[in-house]
This record gives sequence, C-alpha cells and structure tokens, in this order.
Amino acid sequence: MIYTLKRLGLAVLVALAVSMLSFALLHLSGDPASAIAGESATDADIAAIRAFYGFDRPLIVQYADWLFSALRGDFGESYYFQLPVAQLIGDRLSITMTLGICGISFAILTAVPLGVAAAVRPNSMIDRMALFISVMGQAMPSFWFGLVLVVIFSIKFRLLPPSGTESWKNFIMPTVVLGYYAMPAIMRLTRAGMLDVLSADYVRTARAKGASEMRVMFKHALRNAIIPVVSLSAVQMGFMLGGSIVVESIFALHGAGYLAWESIGRNDLPTVQALILIFALFYIVFTFLSDLLNAWLDPRMRVG
Amino acid sequence: MDNILSVRDLRVDIPLAGGTLHAVRGLNFDLARGETLCIVGESGSGKSLTSLAIMGLLPKMAQRHSKKLEFAGIDLSVAKNRQMRSLRGDRISMIFQEPMTSLNPAYTIGDQLTEALLLHRKVGRKAATARAIELLEKVGITAAASRLGQYPHQLSGGLRQRVMIAMALMAEPDLIIADEPTTALDVTIQAQILRLLVDLQREMNMAMILITHDLGVVARVADKVAIMYAGEVVESGRSKDVFTAPQHPYTRGLLRCIPVPGKTKPGEHLGSIPGIVPSLIGKTQGCAFRGRCDVAVDACAHDIPERAGAEGHLYRCVHDNSQMPPKASGGFNTASQSEGRP
Ligand SMILES: Nc1ncnc2c1ncn2[C@@H]1O[C@H](COP(=O)(O)OP(=O)(O)OP(=O)(O)O)[C@@H](O)[C@H]1O
Ligand SMILES: [Mg+2]
Repeated sequence: MIYTLKRLGLAVLVALAVSMLSFALLHLSGDPASAIAGESATDADIAAIRAFYGFDRPLIVQYADWLFSALRGDFGESYYFQLPVAQLIGDRLSITMTLGICGISFAILTAVPLGVAAAVRPNSMIDRMALFISVMGQAMPSFWFGLVLVVIFSIKFRLLPPSGTESWKNFIMPTVVLGYYAMPAIMRLTRAGMLDVLSADYVRTARAKGASEMRVMFKHALRNAIIPVVSLSAVQMGFMLGGSIVVESIFALHGAGYLAWESIGRNDLPTVQALILIFALFYIVFTFLSDLLNAWLDPRMRVG
Repeated sequence: MDNILSVRDLRVDIPLAGGTLHAVRGLNFDLARGETLCIVGESGSGKSLTSLAIMGLLPKMAQRHSKKLEFAGIDLSVAKNRQMRSLRGDRISMIFQEPMTSLNPAYTIGDQLTEALLLHRKVGRKAATARAIELLEKVGITAAASRLGQYPHQLSGGLRQRVMIAMALMAEPDLIIADEPTTALDVTIQAQILRLLVDLQREMNMAMILITHDLGVVARVADKVAIMYAGEVVESGRSKDVFTAPQHPYTRGLLRCIPVPGKTKPGEHLGSIPGIVPSLIGKTQGCAFRGRCDVAVDACAHDIPERAGAEGHLYRCVHDNSQMPPKASGGFNTASQSEGRP
C-alpha cells in the first residue's frame, strides 16, 4: 500500500514535469505568435495574434491556464485544422491505442513462449530458431517488412486489405510489423531470465518436492524470470505508441503517431503539445502499472 | 530389519571437456527405517551428487549407474520420471545446504509448505494449511499461523532452514536426506537445528542420510557412518565401530582433526591432513588417498581389496589393521574420547 502510494506520487511528479516540458516547447521553439501569423504578417498582425492567444500574459499564468484546461480535456485549438485539438486527437488516439495494445500483445505472446522454450533446451533446434527469428526482427526495418507483407498478403494472395481502418483485418499486418519489432528484446530477456532462474536453488527445491516439469517451469521459474520482462514491455509499449509513425504511414492508419508527425511539419504547436503530453502520460501510466505488476510478482519490491 | 534403501555400486559420471569426471565411484550402503547414516568427507568428495543421485535430481549431463538402487522395494534405477516425482517430497525428502536461496522468493511460506502436501495427497487447502501450522510449530517456529503469509526474505537463515525442514516433513517421508543442513547457518544455531532434525527423525521413525563435515555431530547422531574420499567410500560401518576402531588412514586422519573438550588445549594445533585431493577425471586406479597417506606403499597404486571387520565394518586399504604403524593410531584415542562427549 505504501509502495503503491509512493509509486503513484512519483508518477504524478513525473507527469507534472513532463507537462512543463511540453508547455515550454511552445515557447522554446520561437515566438508562437509569429509562427501562427506566417511569413508575410506585419508587426500589428503579430501583436493582435499575441493578444488573441494570450501570449502576452506571464508564462506562469499561461502554463497554469493551459494545464487546467488540459486537465479538463481542453487542449486548445489546432492552428492548422481550426478544430479543438481534443476532438482531432480522439479518434486517432483510439487507432494508435488499438495498434499499440495489439502490437505489444503479439510481441509478448510470441516472445515469452519462445524464450521459455529456448531456455529449457539451450543450443537446441528451437533455441537456434528463436535466435534466428529475433535477429531477423532486429535486422529488418519496419517499413521493409511492412511492404513485404503487403506484397504477399494483399497483392499476391488478396487476403488482407493493404490500408485503411475499416475492419479488424486492417490491423493484422500492422500488428505483426509493430509487434515483431518489439519481440526480439522481450524474447531474449525471457530466455536469459529463465536460464538464470532454472539453475536457482529454489527450482531444485520445487523438483525435490515432486513438482512436475510444467509446474516447475511456469509456477516456480517463469514468475521470477518474467519480472524484468514486465518493465521492458512497458517501455516497449510506450515506444510503440509514439513510434508507430512508420507503421501507421505504411498502412495508412491515420493514428496519433501519424498526426504528430504531420503536425510537427505544419508547426501546429497545440496539437504537438497535446500529443506529447498524452504520449508521456501513457508512458507514465504503463510504467506505474508495470511497477504494480512487478510488486505483485516479487514481494521483495513491495518495501518501496 | 528391512532395508528401506539399498545401494550397490552407485556411480556418477560427468562428461567434461577434459574427460569424464568420475565423481562418485562405486558406493554401497543399506539403510533401515529409523536409522541414521552419516556421510562424511571433505569438499568435492561427491556427497551432494550421491544424494542427488538417489533423488533422481542429478544435473542433466551427469550419468548415474548402479547395480542396485532400491527404495522400499522400488527399483529407482529404472523408475520413470513420473514415478520419481511421486516419490519425491512424499516418501523421500531432501533438505539442502543453502536455506537462503532454497525457498522461492515469490511465494509465501504457506504456499510453499502446502504445495509439498497438495502435490501428493488429495487433501483440501484447509487441511494442508493446518498441517503446515502443525509442522511449523513442531520445528519450533512461534506464531506459526501468522508466518504462513510471510515471504522468505522476511525470515532469517535459521528460520528459513526450519521452514525447509517443515516442508520436507509435510508428507511424512520414509527417508529424509539432509545435505549439510546447518553449514550455512550461524554457529550458534547450528546445534539447535541439528537437534531438531534428529528429534523429529526419531519421533517420525524416518530413515535419514545426514551429510556433514562435522565429526562431532556424527559421533552423536549416527547409527552408521560412511567416510567418503574422492568419490569413494573408504570406510563404513556402525558408528561406534568406526569411531572406536578406525581402520583407514584417512579416517584416522580425520579423527585427529577434531578438537576434544577437556583434552585439546586452547590454541593447540589440531591435526590436519596435508596435500590435496587428486583429480577424478579419466581413469583412476589404486587408492585415491595414497598421495597424502603417511603409510602408503607401492601396492597402493594397484587394486585395493575391501576388508571386512566386525558387523559390516568395511574399509579399503592395502594394509590390514594389525600392520598399521602406531603413529596413525593417535586418531584412535581421540576418537574414543570424542564419542564420549555429551
Ligand atoms: N554440475 C557439475 N558439473 C561438473 N562437475 C560437478 C558438477 N556438480 C558437481 N561436480 C563435481 O563433482 C565433484 C563432487 O561434487 P559434490 O557436490 O558431490 O561434492 P560434495 O562432497 O557435496 O562437496 P561439498 O562438501 O563442497 O558440498 C566435485 O569435484 C565437483 O566439482
Ligand atoms: Mg555438497
């Protein structure tokens, strides 16, 4: 309980710091008023814009204003679309979240069994295969792998739609591409953890009690080996949300990653700001959840 | 008395890069219900591998061979994994040397204790918990019920070893193998834990194999002793025979190494056996102790006869007892004194 509160406090502090950074971004990247006004604006135009958006107020006031609005879900208006940022982000975020959750699930569901199998029989066929798969995953750029899948499954066999977001079928290939990117690290960490834990004395104790190999593997060993994997997965999940831009653009999934990419190009600072804040918050939430999960897995961590 | 465990010519080989390590070389012993066999020997003599061989828990690469390995009428040498599993923790239990790392850090004491029973008996969680509390109390843990929810890291080494003992006893085994159960503990609690183990063994009428370095312990608790040297039993027999009339030069050397209260003066130099254990890789012939033995002769490099004394007292030495020079019999006196200790 104390542990949870401590973690929560820390998460809130980090979130606050991130909000300051993402707010500062707007002002560090030059005078926002002249950015909005454009190249040909006169000084009077710029002054008017400055007053309209409230850029003439003290920074701390602006920050407080922005933060409290953001807490209510109001991120201001996009310079480019002239729409509320919250509305703009809403749908796109759900696409990105779907993709991220599917991607990390795919990665974990393939990496953990493979890592366990590889650790149970080191240097066997299956271990070599796992190594091969993970090296491939790291060597292949996402865009290339994505294109290969499109060529095979969309163009040649016409099994899956190459782009769009109409049905769940649209998400299969993006999930595989995104998940495969995160898989190697998770697989190798699982394998290393299992190898380590399988030679532990308590695993021998479990065998001496008469536990079956399955029970030894999954109840006694995996639970201890998986702890670092949980933290890594949270980090990977964070990367996936922000870093799915490549995958989103290959498959024309107009998600939040893609929006961020476009908005940076358009100097659409409120949108960029909101996205950075939201991605960072997700990241913080995942880390917090993984800390809780780890504390559940490993009682020694609960002391805080 | 019927033997619960019968071992003939037990061997453990470990193939290594430089050749095969013959870690255990032809062990023989019998153990009856309620009896205690102490296996004594210095580090690396193959004591742990012997116990793991009986449990069927040798490292994957180690190979076990035997002419006979029989537990309660069951031939362990041909037993399938499934059968070994049903014996382990139920009829044969083991207590390990390292209490600090032998409990799973992720589960409560209660979980780990009850698991030992739930794996083998069709009992409910409630009954298993009751049994766990009963055993924790038996091993001298106070507030037993509240300990069940604790995790290993919340307990001291001594408490953890008590938990390990309780865990080994959950299903009332017929045979308990304790591999140096007190070596890793504070000297102050070693005696307590050992006493506890021996009392419980008597109370439950289990057979016990106790592995130890401590000859003082052996003198107090053993019915039978096997002295191991470099993978071989060089001398074995009833405890009192081995202690009062040690035959093998190595046994005599060992007995000279233990302090005797009232006789050994503080600061006095204890006997020690100079030299090191020979490598057991590849083919070995003759007596492995001959390089350190002060009565070694040329014949020691060839096959050594097994000599029999009274009541199953066996030793492997080219010398007959009568030919032993008086120098080595120093251990004889020390031994008889040490046995008389309280
Ligand atoms: N997994 C293994 N791989 C290679 N050699 C091993 C392995 N386990 C044990 N050995 C070797 O086998 C020999 C006997 O080991 P064992 O653990 O049985 O000794 P021990 O008598 O229990 O010693 P200690 O008193 O130190 O516990 C030693 O030389 C050891 O190095
Ligand atoms: Mg040992």
